[in-house]
Amino acid sequence: MAMVLDKSHTGRVFATHLALIVFIALSLFPFLMIISISLRAGNFAAGGIIPDHISLEHWKLALGFSYIDQFGHQVDPPFPVLHWLWNSCKVALMTAVVVLTLSTTCAYAFARLKFVGRKFGLNALFLMQMFPSVLSLIAIYAIFDQIGNYAPWLGIDSHGSLVLAYAGGVALHIWTIKGYFETIPVEIEEAALVDGASHFQTFRLVLLPMAVPILIVVFLLSFIGAIIEYPVASVLLHQEQNLTLAVGSKLYLYTQNYLWGDFAAAAILSGLPITVLFLLSQKWMVNGLTSGGVKG
Amino acid sequence: MQSKLARWAGSVLGLVLILASIWLITAVFRSGHTWVALTFTVILAGSIWLLASPRLYPWRYLYPGVFAALVFVVFPALYTVSIGFTNYSSTNLLTFDRATQYFLDQTYSAGGDALDMAIYPAGNDARVFLTAADGHSWVSDTLNLDKPTGKPVDLKVIPATAAPAGEKIALRGVIALQPALKELRISVPDHVSKYQISGFSKVSPSAPLFQQNADGSLKNLQTGDVLKPNIKTGFYETAAGEKVAPGFTVKVGLANFTQLFTSAQFRGPLLKIFVWTVCFAAGTVLLTFVVGFLLAVALSWESLKFRGIYRVALFLPYAVPGFISILIFRGLFNENFGEINYVLHTLFGIKPEWFSNPWLARTMLLIVNTWLGYPYIMLLVMGLIKSIPSDLYEASAIHGGGAWTNLTRITLPLIAKPIMPLLLASFAFNFNNFVLISLLTAGGPDFADSLTPAGSTDILVSYTYRIAFQDSGQNFGLAAAISTVIFVLVGALSLLNLKLTRVNAPDRK
Repeated sequence: MAMVLDKSHTGRVFATHLALIVFIALSLFPFLMIISISLRAGNFAAGGIIPDHISLEHWKLALGFSYIDQFGHQVDPPFPVLHWLWNSCKVALMTAVVVLTLSTTCAYAFARLKFVGRKFGLNALFLMQMFPSVLSLIAIYAIFDQIGNYAPWLGIDSHGSLVLAYAGGVALHIWTIKGYFETIPVEIEEAALVDGASHFQTFRLVLLPMAVPILIVVFLLSFIGAIIEYPVASVLLHQEQNLTLAVGSKLYLYTQNYLWGDFAAAAILSGLPITVLFLLSQKWMVNGLTSGGVKG
Repeated sequence: MQSKLARWAGSVLGLVLILASIWLITAVFRSGHTWVALTFTVILAGSIWLLASPRLYPWRYLYPGVFAALVFVVFPALYTVSIGFTNYSSTNLLTFDRATQYFLDQTYSAGGDALDMAIYPAGNDARVFLTAADGHSWVSDTLNLDKPTGKPVDLKVIPATAAPAGEKIALRGVIALQPALKELRISVPDHVSKYQISGFSKVSPSAPLFQQNADGSLKNLQTGDVLKPNIKTGFYETAAGEKVAPGFTVKVGLANFTQLFTSAQFRGPLLKIFVWTVCFAAGTVLLTFVVGFLLAVALSWESLKFRGIYRVALFLPYAVPGFISILIFRGLFNENFGEINYVLHTLFGIKPEWFSNPWLARTMLLIVNTWLGYPYIMLLVMGLIKSIPSDLYEASAIHGGGAWTNLTRITLPLIAKPIMPLLLASFAFNFNNFVLISLLTAGGPDFADSLTPAGSTDILVSYTYRIAFQDSGQNFGLAAAISTVIFVLVGALSLLNLKLTRVNAPDRK
């Protein structure tokens, strides 16, 4: 922009910088605080951002070790955080695999094949994802309670039930993958069909290898989605050993048993990998979607 | 070669799935749910037809995803609506058949000769040893008595000549095992009735407590009372009209809805909660938009350096998993130990009661939700600002327009239209923002005068969750009725949103 800049311009730039820095400081205050709290001794100590005395007791507990406090008592980890993290990852990994498989095949049909009700199906999927699963919690609970009578490994308090409950959430992903498929020239697949390949072969051997970026994005998104999901998991899981991180974490902050310091360490330990993964998926998402180009 | 193998693998997998479904259907059928089994059979036949017919080839790809979406998203939604028309709750949990079966499974000690019982440990398990007055004795196989199973357990004993090896468990230990022992129905050779526990260390012959009459009523064989099922209340009732637990689930028509909208006890909290839900969602959208928009404008200003760093720092609240950052705020806002009150107390000498004062709790929710939500709006607005042609700003500069003119006359009008559906979607999301409410305030502070668990920060979904799953009186029917109302509201919002998106569609191309 070729513009004449007056004197007040420098002042405005400076003011904007200042305002942004103040806002960012306020905005990141919780994160700085939580790091500081995780390094303080005890669960009730107040203090400034930089702790006077660094104590690793909360970190030991978060990593599953006991420690001896100043009175010589052994303090055991209050909750199996690493086990919860493992539960979360297990459920999320299975969910991501199932969701990716289901949504990729559906997206292929919507993008490449002709059938009656194609447009209706797409609109129905779009409408469906607007109703959050939290509205159906009662039915989800009742259904898995029933299933549990026949197959306990799919009933209440099982990870299988959680994966199944999440498996239905394919609507948005179908749209995403379909959008990407439509940006890939169909001519290559037509050539393969002419050469005698079946539909399934063109799908698996021609289309899928070209769509790897979007598959990774959808995989990561459904993985993260399953890790941070709270309502369904809170209804389906009960025993402490079975909880996922999202459900378990709140046990730290009960009024009767307030473990602020222990929570801080556990939150950083479990939140950091998920945050990094999310930032990575955002990077991929931007790349994957811009190179594919979102329609419309 | 490879493709042949793949084809075989496909067929084998299909066959295994079909066999597994048939096994499932027989299992359901055998347990007496004829209609469920029939429905499953129809679904299975339909599935095979869909997948096998060459004319319906695309369905081979569509089927798995569509099936999962139908079973785990659409069906639960419809099922929730249908529960709204029943009295399904913790007092009316069972189906009619199961409730009847419960009564028929009840037994009582019909008198007769009691046997002495002793429990002998066998590793982690135990053996039951019975002795009659005439000196006969019987012993059971090992069984685990640590935990009750929740249903009657059949146990067989065989004649024994001597007590099992080891020391028998002392009375104190036997008392600890009572929950599991009470479930035992012991068949003793040459004795017709089953035995059940009738004291800490005695068992006596038992007989069924109820007998079913031809008209469906149940006769209590011990007292002679007759219980009649009442399909209006969902209970077996005595002649005097007294309800006998457990009840069963029955259709109650619109009763839940009438109760919600006409009874003052329910209408009061529901109205308050609805108003707060709308205010919460609208307030969040407004605040996140103002903050996100201003930040986006600032970050789009090309004279500003370090924009990349600012962008990452400002985006961070969005990248951290919600359940963690919400809980962090829960701790920071804590009235006594929280860092926010520590700072406020040091600076101004005040300690606001964030969790016990309704208005402060609502303010806190809006602050936290703005923090959680502004990065998303910021990203959206930045994307939209990028698409505004820069010659508009140049023209404005030539005509002497300042920053304020640019903001209000160019940027805001140009992004208003495309951002509208996104803001509406954000409104719909926050209308049902269960996670925030549940993890931060759990609805509290609670109303003192409400029959149902309800609080000043409850939104509609968190209210249904509390009615359905909070410890006191799980009223699934009522909660499902409220869910149905929310379904309708969300549906209306979605249609409005679709309309707005369509109106915008020509503009965007």
